[in-house]
Amino acid sequence: MAVPILKQGPYLIATVQAAMTDSEAIGLRDDLMHKIGAYRSRGVIVDVTSLDVMDSFAARSLRSIAQMTLLRGADTVVVGMQPEVAFAMVQLGLGFEDVHTALDLEEGLEFLDLLTGTG
Amino acid sequence: MTARPDPVRLDIATDGDIVLARQSGRELAGQVGCSPADATLIATAISEVARNIVSYAGSGEVRIEVVDGGNGRNAIEVTARDEGPGIADLALAMQDGWSSGRGLGLGLPGSRRLMDEFEIDSRVGKGTCVVMRKWCTT
Repeated sequence: MAVPILKQGPYLIATVQAAMTDSEAIGLRDDLMHKIGAYRSRGVIVDVTSLDVMDSFAARSLRSIAQMTLLRGADTVVVGMQPEVAFAMVQLGLGFEDVHTALDLEEGLEFLDLLTGTG
Repeated sequence: MTARPDPVRLDIATDGDIVLARQSGRELAGQVGCSPADATLIATAISEVARNIVSYAGSGEVRIEVVDGGNGRNAIEVTARDEGPGIADLALAMQDGWSSGRGLGLGLPGSRRLMDEFEIDSRVGKGTCVVMRKWCTT
């Protein structure tokens, strides 16, 4: 199942489900890249609240999304990382140094307003 | 003591199988009282070794079972086996950041850090077998 993407004002909000496969992660990247152009979006929220495993592939995909959207002029914020998932990522050796993160959707939207100078 | 759940054996060939394997691992860990944090570590390690099967061998199997971890504790044992090309230099493959090109190079060393015990056997042209265990803290 493709990751649903909602348009909210100048932003896109993608809600990742627990069972995101590798091909769905690639699909999400392609969809976001397309929609940023179609909607002239300034920011992207990727909500991973439901995601129960962030392995190296998923992390690499999100990192690519953040870097690629930035090249298209849109900032990406990953929100909703669960504590257990964060713990496992650190054990695995995965960092998100170059990716913006926020606690939840609300904080993420505020952060995007700040980054893009809107609101 | 309650009876242990039956082992789960899954064929691994697609990215959907990777998700199924990690979900089965989480479910089994939950059934024997592993903490959500441990269940997440186990599920993440399963995801990594199952992806290695899909990426490098094309197909293989993952077996997940509950074993006696000593001191009355349960351990989750994961066996990931394939008949793929095998790994020529195991020491190199276990190093952080080394990758033959398709990943971040964290799969094997990362999985070892996520679990309590980790053994790997690989022969070029024959295949690879990873056995890893995690004792559950409740």
